[in-house]
Amino acid sequence: MNPNHDHYPEGETLRQSLKKRYRSASLWQAIFFSALVIAMISLAALLYNVIDGAFGYVAFEYKNDPAEFTAKPLDDLNKQELLDILKANLSSGAYTKLDNEKLMKKRSKSVLYTLVLERLIQIDTKQNWSMTDSILHSSGIKTEVSEKYPKAKLEFRSWLTPVFLTTPMSSKAEFAGVRTAILGSLWMVGIAILFALPIGTGAAIYLQEYAIKNFLSRVIQTNINNLAGVPSIVYGMLGLAIFVRAFEPFTSGSMFGITDSNGRTILSAGLTMGVLVLPLIIINAQEAIKAVPDSLRQAAYGVGATRWQTIWHHVLPNALPGILTGSILAVSRAIGETAPLIVVGASTFISLDPDGPFSKFTALPIQIYQWTTRAQSEFHSIAASAIIVLLVLLLTLNATAVLIRNRVQRKY
Amino acid sequence: MQNTQIPEYAIETKNLFVFYGSFAAVSEVNLKIEKQKVTAIIGPSGCGKSTLLRAFNRMNDFVPSSYVTGEVLMRGQNIYGSNIDPVEVRRNIGMVFQKPNPFPKSIYENIAWGARINGFKGNMDELVEQSLRGAALWEEVKDLLKKNAYELSGGQQQRLCIARTIAIQPDIILMDEPASALDPISTLRIEELMQELKKNYTIIIVTHNMQQAARVSDYTAMMMLEKDGSRSGTVIEFSETKKIFTNPKDKRTEDYVTGRFG
Ligand SMILES: Nc1ncnc2c1ncn2[C@@H]1O[C@H](COP(=O)(O)OP(=O)(O)OP(=O)(O)O)[C@@H](O)[C@H]1O
Ligand SMILES: [Mg+2]
Repeated sequence: MNPNHDHYPEGETLRQSLKKRYRSASLWQAIFFSALVIAMISLAALLYNVIDGAFGYVAFEYKNDPAEFTAKPLDDLNKQELLDILKANLSSGAYTKLDNEKLMKKRSKSVLYTLVLERLIQIDTKQNWSMTDSILHSSGIKTEVSEKYPKAKLEFRSWLTPVFLTTPMSSKAEFAGVRTAILGSLWMVGIAILFALPIGTGAAIYLQEYAIKNFLSRVIQTNINNLAGVPSIVYGMLGLAIFVRAFEPFTSGSMFGITDSNGRTILSAGLTMGVLVLPLIIINAQEAIKAVPDSLRQAAYGVGATRWQTIWHHVLPNALPGILTGSILAVSRAIGETAPLIVVGASTFISLDPDGPFSKFTALPIQIYQWTTRAQSEFHSIAASAIIVLLVLLLTLNATAVLIRNRVQRKY
Repeated sequence: MQNTQIPEYAIETKNLFVFYGSFAAVSEVNLKIEKQKVTAIIGPSGCGKSTLLRAFNRMNDFVPSSYVTGEVLMRGQNIYGSNIDPVEVRRNIGMVFQKPNPFPKSIYENIAWGARINGFKGNMDELVEQSLRGAALWEEVKDLLKKNAYELSGGQQQRLCIARTIAIQPDIILMDEPASALDPISTLRIEELMQELKKNYTIIIVTHNMQQAARVSDYTAMMMLEKDGSRSGTVIEFSETKKIFTNPKDKRTEDYVTGRFG
């Protein structure tokens, strides 16, 4: 017995109360753990769902018998033979057109192979199956196909292929790719960042280093924080009203002598995205600037630096990794946004690469959205593949952000 | 006998008040700080020592609510006058802070940067060496000039901050508890350094360490909160350090320096 323990439980009572405390502790631990499990399951389900669609059996028939074009099995043909087949069987106009788009001789073998399939033999997809079905009911599918489509070939296919990444849009799912969409997304994000990074950083510098903390600056700050949470479609409306309509002479390029377009250009989309990520960039940059310790500013002022010298030589360089990390994360939000692009007027079908800020455009999420709304299931498979492309793009961006953050370790 | 006829002081304050908003953190300070001497400011925590020190180089300008009434005269000019550029004031009055705060750059660049922005035209390598020698750091770092200053020890960093300050050749160096974060040996080195530096500079140092004040300073200003309960600090006694420590006029000073305070 400890005589010092006047009002505290001891001995058996203490052990009892301890047990109770441990019980409630483990209960909470279990609750937190199940929260984690639920989160992990949702993520796993999402990934599984996407991958499930992107691989699997397809049953397809050749509309024209390959034997009409060549005696060899298709897969054994070399590049020259493929070229010869195309030359011999395509109309000369069609061939010249392809040649003008990109020299036929310079195209890779797999591209030529796809052309032969697309233009000459032509594929008629009868049915396709998800990855799970394909693995679990493989024999069932095989018998089903041989009964229903005796002439069809059955093939386990990955819809996500290098060719898928490098071919433009097509009306046939088998030959459609995401090249135009990837390029459109990159252009758009590039314009967005060119617009939002300098403006956002500038605004953040002003707010952190210059603005006097008064009622007005608090109102502005609150507004910026709220803007970051405004639904993206609202930004779409804004982009439509301002960039597409009001600034049409600028965004369509007619100011610069481009006549064949309206305001629904990559430039409008990029600027809209720029405005969308602007609050995020400002907030992130503010945080990064705040993280630069005051002692560093005082050191600079102490040796007779002006405010601008202090900001330029000390605050900004030390805040830069944080600003970049924040901007990359903001960009990865922009790259996945769909709603504002629909409002601003993304094209759903273009097969020409965007060639500048004034071209019409499509973007990855638009393409995905478009494909998922199609009735034929093979479009769902390429939508799943495009989602994988988008996810990989996002992961790469986020990984870059993490890398930058870790490379520059905090020194102060 | 002390010569009270010296015509010009390094700093002279006239009826100086420093406010944070409506709160007068420091009130009614009239000091005459001698050139090329070490002046210590002592007093209990929160009595406004740092505030007063920062008023000498307009560092309080960066606290938005802060303002000053009265005068701080340097070279016969009020540094709070409307025609005075605070950047020029700070350029002439260097400051060493409580916590060493080198720039996260190389040792060389720590010294060169201040010189460069102030338009130094001479030989930079020489200036760096001279400043590091002046701060008694040269021998330790002469082969590491490219190294990041954050890799130095705390005491070395503080001496680097002193070197950075003397590189811009100020008239006055302000030090706010420059050794409070350092071990006894580094502290001793900084104290020796001050004796060396006062040959060329006027030094004002805030310290909590009575022995330090007694060891390094020629003059001492004793600060204390006003008795009227306003929580405003003021200088209650200012004279030669010897007098403050052996024969103080004010009972509160005596209690404080002998450790009977509070
Ligand atoms: N930035 C500021 N804003 C408002 N009040 C301040 C600020 N800095 C200091 N004060 C107040 O001014 C008074 C004096 O503070 P100061 O830092 O000058 O004291 P000090 O004597 O240096 O204390 P210490 O010995 O603990 O460093 C304190 O009451 C403090 O709360
Ligand atoms: Mg202090």
